[in-house]
Amino acid sequence: MSGELGFGLLALVLVGVPAFRVVTCRDLVRGILWLAATLLGTAVLYALLRAPFLAGVQVLTYVGGVVTLMVFGVMVTRKHEATTFTIDNTARLRGALAALAFFLVVAAAIFRTDLSSLTPVETPSTQDLALSLLDRYLLAFEVASVLLLAAIVSAVVLARRRDPVPGPATAQEAALREGSTP
Amino acid sequence: MTLRALLLVATALFSLGIYGLLTRRQAVALLLSIEVMANAANLVFVAFARYGGAPGHPLVLFALAITVAEVAVGLALVLLLYRRYGDTLLELASEAKG
Repeated sequence: MSGELGFGLLALVLVGVPAFRVVTCRDLVRGILWLAATLLGTAVLYALLRAPFLAGVQVLTYVGGVVTLMVFGVMVTRKHEATTFTIDNTARLRGALAALAFFLVVAAAIFRTDLSSLTPVETPSTQDLALSLLDRYLLAFEVASVLLLAAIVSAVVLARRRDPVPGPATAQEAALREGSTP
Repeated sequence: MTLRALLLVATALFSLGIYGLLTRRQAVALLLSIEVMANAANLVFVAFARYGGAPGHPLVLFALAITVAEVAVGLALVLLLYRRYGDTLLELASEAKG
């Protein structure tokens, strides 16, 4: 039981505190950095759960890719003076009530369920994982690749600047155009 | 380290994600909350793969791929929102409301 408590505290520090900062931090860029901390903490938990490959993938794709992408997203779109924003108190109260209710219901279900039959077992090695991806889960693997391709293409199509609407160009754009066609 | 503590931590993460989803008004902040929730789900998959031997690891890989795709498209939508309204507050995009 003390091991359970110790692990709970460890997980709280590794994952809980950063996640709390993610949803309460007023500054978006800091929120993203706290998200990176959350994801790294989760990678540590994966490693403790004997999933070293998943821990590596988590660090590479999430912390390396998604967080970088989000930082770009904020940097490109933010108004430089107004990255912080306020949350009104009624919305905060409603959100806290909903989240607390969800947590209590699921926690009650967890405590009522008998988990004693589930004992630690050997997790699949990276080799097993690779073989299962190309054998048992081949269809899902291919569908995931198509999904990623579709996401890339759609992101490019959505974010592509359309032909500019004829209108007053900014001085900077005009100057650029002048410079490019002397 | 036990399964119950892990499940409670994952539930707490998911609840925090719900809180963020309900209180935040910035589109990027919503994406962050969704990331936290997806992370909680992945943690449960890995926990049950360790305890009881459910085939959770391949599922986590697929879930990662889906989340990455979601973030890519979501950020493109945020960029569109910004171009159209000059900000990324979600209540600006209420034109389709009935």
